[in-house]
Amino acid sequence: MSVPAELHYTEEHEWVAIDGDTASIGITDYAAQSLGDVVYVSLPAVGSAVTAGEPCGEVESTKSVSDLYSPVDGEVTEVNEELDDDPGLVNAEPYGAGWMFRVRVAVGSDGETALPPGLLTPVEYEELIKSAG
Amino acid sequence: MTDFAGWLMPLRYKSETAEHNAVRSSAGLFDLSHMGEIAVTGPGAGAALDYAVCGWPSALVPGRARYTMLCAEDGGVLDDLVIYRQEPDRFLVVANAANTAVVLAELRKRCSRAEVQDETAATGLIAIQGPNAAGILSTVTDLDLAGMRYYAGAYGTVAGPRVWVARTGYTGEDGFEIFCAPQDCEQIWMALTQASETLLGPGDPAGLVPAGLAARDTLRLEAGMPLYGNELGRNVTPYEAGLGRVVRLDKPADFVGRKALAARSEEGPRQLLIGLVARSRRVPRHDYPVMSQTGQRVGVVTSGARSPTLRTSIAMAYVETGAATPFGIDIRGSIEPAEVTELPFYDRSKQG
Repeated sequence: MSVPAELHYTEEHEWVAIDGDTASIGITDYAAQSLGDVVYVSLPAVGSAVTAGEPCGEVESTKSVSDLYSPVDGEVTEVNEELDDDPGLVNAEPYGAGWMFRVRVAVGSDGETALPPGLLTPVEYEELIKSAG
Repeated sequence: MTDFAGWLMPLRYKSETAEHNAVRSSAGLFDLSHMGEIAVTGPGAGAALDYAVCGWPSALVPGRARYTMLCAEDGGVLDDLVIYRQEPDRFLVVANAANTAVVLAELRKRCSRAEVQDETAATGLIAIQGPNAAGILSTVTDLDLAGMRYYAGAYGTVAGPRVWVARTGYTGEDGFEIFCAPQDCEQIWMALTQASETLLGPGDPAGLVPAGLAARDTLRLEAGMPLYGNELGRNVTPYEAGLGRVVRLDKPADFVGRKALAARSEEGPRQLLIGLVARSRRVPRHDYPVMSQTGQRVGVVTSGARSPTLRTSIAMAYVETGAATPFGIDIRGSIEPAEVTELPFYDRSKQG
């Protein structure tokens, strides 16, 4: 089960990559494997505002449907339209071509991206999935 | 892995979509050892089964099989079954894993003039399904598969062990089910895998792919086949499920449920099982309401999925007889338009 070291994680099994004022978001390898084949992803609209911890979309697999949460506050700048034609990218490359949406987040006066509290480090996330079995 | 009626079963081996597609394009291998096998034997076996189920097992010639149902006195479905006449005085009744205990108890009660034996624990079941199934299986069996008709079966060997092979399945493809001793399952499974590699080349994604319960469910749904607990249950008769043809009111013998079923056949079904294709890519699921255009709840989805073969969202649903189209499916609060379509969704004989 891959947990890349450069990413942040959430208890809802999503990952966040920060690059400047942009947060890219997807679901983890663990989530993708637990769900089974993803058949449809409903993503927030570009331009819409999302709030950390609030649902903003849905991930449907063969057997189940799960809410997609935004891990950050901000405005959606881009969504992965490739997933419309090939939702299986989420299973094949959860941290790459299977990314889901991008959000412009606030940057503090110190030039550092302000991350919401509660995000997990890779080590903390690995512990979480280990305890989840 | 998942718990399924007390059996630890693979939901998927790798990707259920790939497993599904392999069955449609090449072949899939299923471990179905959880299914219930009950032998009804003796000179009175045929007549006893004629009374027990709504079909006409005694009319089967040895070596043939029939899909049938075990109904309650009120016509409600207790289980759907495949019955194989293996020998003149031996019938093999194959029941759903979750219903095996009920079927066994009912058959014991109803078949007093025959021997009823639970062979579930002594029987392994491996299914090979898909257009390449016959080609692969033929290299490791002494049976003449080309001469075996759909819903026929015969004793023979597969990879050495003596087994019962039948041309039956639950996928909408050509295929075979191999009933064997539990200790022979592994050998047969490995021999079929090996045979596929020899025939089609090793590691060929279009070879023989192990397939789990998730793929089995989408395959049977595309093929319009009912699943007990979804489309079938005690609260419906075969007529509601569009399977009135399995009720053999033309059989001379009395049978359990005859009176109620004859009446239902006269008055017509109280609800109808229909096929729906949703325009949305969201997936209709079991228990989602079916709505009329005026916002009335007129039915309920019994099974739904994103169809890997058709690349649309499909569902089977019960709707009130006479409910007016168009329908929508309430997918978690938003009504998604859905068109009524003829079942099955997928018919291999109509594929170009």
